[in-house]
Amino acid sequence: MGKLTNEDLLKKVSEKYNDQVTLLGEPFGLLTLETGRDQIIDILTWLKKDPSLQFIYLTDLTAIHYPELPKPIGVIYHLHSLVNNVRVRIKVFLEDADVHIPTASNIWNGANWMERETYDLFGVIFDGHPDLRRILNVDDMTAFPMRKEFPLEDPNRVDKKDYFFGR
Amino acid sequence: MQNHPVYTDNDPQNELSTLNLGPTHPATHGVFQNVLQLDGERIVSGVSTIGYIHRAFEKIAEHRPFYQITPLTDRLNYCSSPINNMGWHMTVEKLLGIETPKRVDYLRIIIMELARISDHLICNSVLAVDTGAATGFFYVMEYREAIYEIYEEICGSRLTTNIGRIGGFERNFNSIAFAKLRKFLKEYPVVLKEFENLTKRNRIFIDRTKDVAAVTAEDAINYSWSGPILRATGVDYDVRAMNPYCSYEDFDFEVPVGENGDVYSRYLVRQEEMWQSLRLIEQALVKLEKEPTDIFHADVPDFYLPPKEDVYNNMEALIYHFKIVMGEIPTPNTEVYHSVEGGNGELGFYLVNDGGRSPYRLHFRRPSFINYQMYAPMSRGMLLSDAIINMSSLNVIAGELDA
Amino acid sequence: MSDIQLVDAPAGVEGAGFFATSIDKAIGIARSYSLWPLPFATSCCGIEFMATMSPHYDLARFGAERLSFSPRQADLLMVMGTISKKMGPVLRQVYLQMAEPRWVMAVGACASSGGIFDTYSVLQGIDEVIPVDVYVPGCPPRPEAIIDGFIQIQKLVQSETLRRRNEPQYQKLLASYGIQ
Repeated sequence: MGKLTNEDLLKKVSEKYNDQVTLLGEPFGLLTLETGRDQIIDILTWLKKDPSLQFIYLTDLTAIHYPELPKPIGVIYHLHSLVNNVRVRIKVFLEDADVHIPTASNIWNGANWMERETYDLFGVIFDGHPDLRRILNVDDMTAFPMRKEFPLEDPNRVDKKDYFFGR
Repeated sequence: MQNHPVYTDNDPQNELSTLNLGPTHPATHGVFQNVLQLDGERIVSGVSTIGYIHRAFEKIAEHRPFYQITPLTDRLNYCSSPINNMGWHMTVEKLLGIETPKRVDYLRIIIMELARISDHLICNSVLAVDTGAATGFFYVMEYREAIYEIYEEICGSRLTTNIGRIGGFERNFNSIAFAKLRKFLKEYPVVLKEFENLTKRNRIFIDRTKDVAAVTAEDAINYSWSGPILRATGVDYDVRAMNPYCSYEDFDFEVPVGENGDVYSRYLVRQEEMWQSLRLIEQALVKLEKEPTDIFHADVPDFYLPPKEDVYNNMEALIYHFKIVMGEIPTPNTEVYHSVEGGNGELGFYLVNDGGRSPYRLHFRRPSFINYQMYAPMSRGMLLSDAIINMSSLNVIAGELDA
Repeated sequence: MSDIQLVDAPAGVEGAGFFATSIDKAIGIARSYSLWPLPFATSCCGIEFMATMSPHYDLARFGAERLSFSPRQADLLMVMGTISKKMGPVLRQVYLQMAEPRWVMAVGACASSGGIFDTYSVLQGIDEVIPVDVYVPGCPPRPEAIIDGFIQIQKLVQSETLRRRNEPQYQKLLASYGIQ
């Protein structure tokens, strides 16, 4: 139960995965790594099972959309090692035409609903997920609302007069 | 515990009945639905449906400046809104590199622990109501009114408080607020003890809640549980102790931990946390006496909205007010994740900023949402009345579930 | 002189041992002081409703002692909290199950007009799906405001004709919502 510093963690990850994982930075003390979709499940499983690291707690799984980048959709994992009191953030960027990524729900059961929420809001398809369907929005919605091109307000409103809203 | 979807073809002779539990519940729990397959009184399988109060907080947050996101965070876990407000302000302060003075930290701790008491009071008294003991609920609601009065002295509103500013508070706590706080600290422990006497060693309550819905620590961590329900399974993970924020490391408090994760342990952990919150508030009041009494915010004119008298009379304050509201002040182009210990668990704020007035992306790591996903797999094999008690002990707040 | 205030008797003819008034008024008074509300609480306003029911503000002294969670047994539908588009059909079904006479109270800014949530997923006011009698603004409204709304409903109940369901403008109102 020793204290694991960010440098040790980065060294261990680079030893095992050297060029498949890139370091994005350490904003506010949280080590942030980027990797590709082929290695992500290996990396997450190794981070969870390795006895010196033990990242057994999946804090969060979410996504982000940068429309002007070549790989616009990013899936972001936040992990936490309770034993060593260390957190890490891992990002995987995906192309617009091929928004697939393997599911993490075989590693942590808690990823189940987090991935459903990410699918519902961004359209990321998690291969191997037992029950990938919408969770927060209505079931027959076709668009993915958190993408930047989707408007915030309901465009079908008839009672909102633009004159009073300064438009 | 397997995590597979429901509606298996397990009923060839059509003997199981389907029960729709929700979304219109008896008023206390919130809008979420469970469709259960029952074999008599025993639950064979269940599907949860949520999203009946999806208000698109994360999408709204991309179009609002930092100050206008605070009322949104109020409405996440509305039983303990000050914790959400403080957590959001601390996230922005971490992003901007603002260090708050000690007095602000101690005042924040007082408000957050009051909110925690308020949240746990609702959960435990409603748990008692669900087992049939309605007296406790009506008795303790009077003391939630006392907490609401303290909030009103400080920020003006009772439930959705919108308390605080980036860097501190909007006004100093006046003497009436401290007087009400001391009165609360004198009267409330008696009430809490009486509530405990009603339920803690009550034979009927223990029979209804002991060994009901026991959860192992491995399953709980696998499902990313946090908060009192995780601590009831034996894991001592409390964000205040593990990643201390807001000067919690200067305080002396214990983190109560249960044994087998059943409903009775969750009830006991929440009761003990209320006693520890009272301890924290008393320690904060003692520490406050050593601090100068006129500091209530950090000295960051770039982000702290100046008081209105100064805005109308002082040119500098007017310029700062204009710049803050119109978003002319540049912010760092980076990302930050900060979490606080909410009433239900680890409430996290993942803020990705692009230097402008509003965040580029704001994600709330909501504990009720993540805690609730285990409900359907966990209720397999339980009696229906035990499943209802289990749901109340998870303390799922609908606003935090759907965001 | 005690300061207990009694309800005023309606206009009528009084004599030794009898009191004659119109049935409308007598039944109106009886109904208004024995309304059975259905608390349709979705979010934060629901917690303020819990505070209204608790001993400090005590809605029960106005007659709303028995909360009914079944719409078939309720008179007054109190919608408290944000109604999203996913919840709209559920609300409509609950309203349709209520038997006449029924009244609807929209508590809070979200139920009245969508509140601060002008988004793609929130219904901008429940009067898009059901007819509403009283709106109580506030975010959340104070318990005194909820009690004030309840008193407005009581005034409506006292002054209405006995068979509101048969009146032509009520029929037209329901038809505009698509309710037979």
